[in-house]
Amino acid sequence: MLVVYIGSLVLLVFASLFKLDPNSQKPTTEFTFSNISDALTNTKVLTVVARTVAIAAGVSVLCFLIALPTAYFISKIAPKWMRRGLVVAILLPLWAGYLVKGYAWRALLSPAGGNKFAAEGRGGGGFLQAVLGWTPGFGMVGVILALTYLWLPYMVLPIYAGLDRLPPSLLDASGDLGARPFRTFRSVIMPMLLPSIAAGSIFTFSLSLGDYIVPQLVTDGKQRVMFGTFINATLGAPNQPLAAAYTLWPLLIIILYLFAMKRAGAFENL
Amino acid sequence: MTSSTATSTAGGNAPTPLKRRRSGGHASKIVLGAWTLLTLAFLYLPLLVVARLSFNTANSVAWPPQGWTTKWWSEAWKTDAPREALIRSVWVALGATFVALVLGTLAAFALQRFQFFGRNAVSFLMVLPIALPGIVTGIALQSTFTRRIDLGFFDFSVGLGFHSLVIAHATFCVVIAYNNVIARLRRSSPNLLEASADLGADGIQTFRFVTFPLVRSALVAGGILAFALSFDEIVVTTFTAGSGFTTLPQWILANFSRPKLVPIINVVATFVMLLSIPLAWLAQRLSEGAESPSR
Repeated sequence: MLVVYIGSLVLLVFASLFKLDPNSQKPTTEFTFSNISDALTNTKVLTVVARTVAIAAGVSVLCFLIALPTAYFISKIAPKWMRRGLVVAILLPLWAGYLVKGYAWRALLSPAGGNKFAAEGRGGGGFLQAVLGWTPGFGMVGVILALTYLWLPYMVLPIYAGLDRLPPSLLDASGDLGARPFRTFRSVIMPMLLPSIAAGSIFTFSLSLGDYIVPQLVTDGKQRVMFGTFINATLGAPNQPLAAAYTLWPLLIIILYLFAMKRAGAFENL
Repeated sequence: MTSSTATSTAGGNAPTPLKRRRSGGHASKIVLGAWTLLTLAFLYLPLLVVARLSFNTANSVAWPPQGWTTKWWSEAWKTDAPREALIRSVWVALGATFVALVLGTLAAFALQRFQFFGRNAVSFLMVLPIALPGIVTGIALQSTFTRRIDLGFFDFSVGLGFHSLVIAHATFCVVIAYNNVIARLRRSSPNLLEASADLGADGIQTFRFVTFPLVRSALVAGGILAFALSFDEIVVTTFTAGSGFTTLPQWILANFSRPKLVPIINVVATFVMLLSIPLAWLAQRLSEGAESPSR
């Protein structure tokens, strides 16, 4: 299985070396480096790559900021009988179906007016518009919100597990030595929590990086916010070799990221 | 859900023999509790909105909804396409889970018990399929499956359909099974196997009476997770299913753009959510129940 998988990835890299026949739009057997050089130098490509990485990083940071206080509350403050229920409550939305959640955000975000989605066709806006009177609408903010929503539980759980392993006596010791809560947090909790955060970020970062279906649902369809949309469009152009060359970007980024996270000790906390 | 304030007082149960500077006072506990409530609200609000919309009399997702009806539920029940897609998804998920459990367990045993060259690389490669974007996996596998493989005496192509989908899904499900089993093996003592051998058990008996019961609940928990992962997958699926094979996520995605079907999608989405609750509960119980005695 691993052989099939790795073999397929290697073949994919080779596929990017073939020249496209302009007439049949099928790859020929002629070798060329133009696809790869396009993937590496075309500013349009680089912009989308940079934007996708920024979104994935931003989503990871947002997830972390939301997850840390929540995980801390569950593991250190909530009474024991509540803990299990809270963990299940955090976990449960993970099971609700990826498309269902993307669809839910589309329904939530949809602005009033316009005719892109059934709701707008009838003039009324979605939930956010109606209840808050404001919606970020379909676009970048919506993408970040939806992705943060999708992958948040993946960040809460490792941090919770990490905090759970942290002996409370350690925090008390820090307090006894005169450290203020913030100092305890910075010098005791954070260093010990780092592998757990790295483990959580593997999910939030790599899942956001590759995602393009939900981002398409919460944008108006024409924008190519994420790199995946871009690759998919190239594939449908159809230009298979160029699409293969473009996949080198996520391949490279994820492998580098995994190496970095492995060094941070994330793999023992997955 | 008013328990957040009650919590902050109950949280002080821990024996505090000395007066010491605790990490966080009363106020910060309330703030953290409120934060947790907000997080939960953030997680559940979108799901509740969709569930409510499935009973909406109006054919739209505009808020507020127009009234209550079960018309869409009975209509969805009568529609064949989503039901057939659902059944297909279940079969694919079962197949992928089975393959993933077998391969993942074998890999976990091999990596736990033997030291060999490239052991670290294998554990790294196991994570790769789940970390890599689905579109990369999808394109790579699609081109392999549709390629003619000529071994000289044997010339074939895997082709696309049920079997290719099972293989493709299994690639990213293996890591789930592997992780669950190896975590259990790491925690269990190697003495157990030695004790079994000392008592005269042969390899098969040791596996049957010692090793297998040890990892059984890890297998079930991993299996449920793998099932959920495969059931829900859409990107790799679009590339490796072929044109004649539609899973439930594919059906949902294909019908997003049809305004007429919005209420049906609301119903199907809610139905999938309801279906997932007992599974999630079971998986959680199994992984918890198995951990407590060993710790």
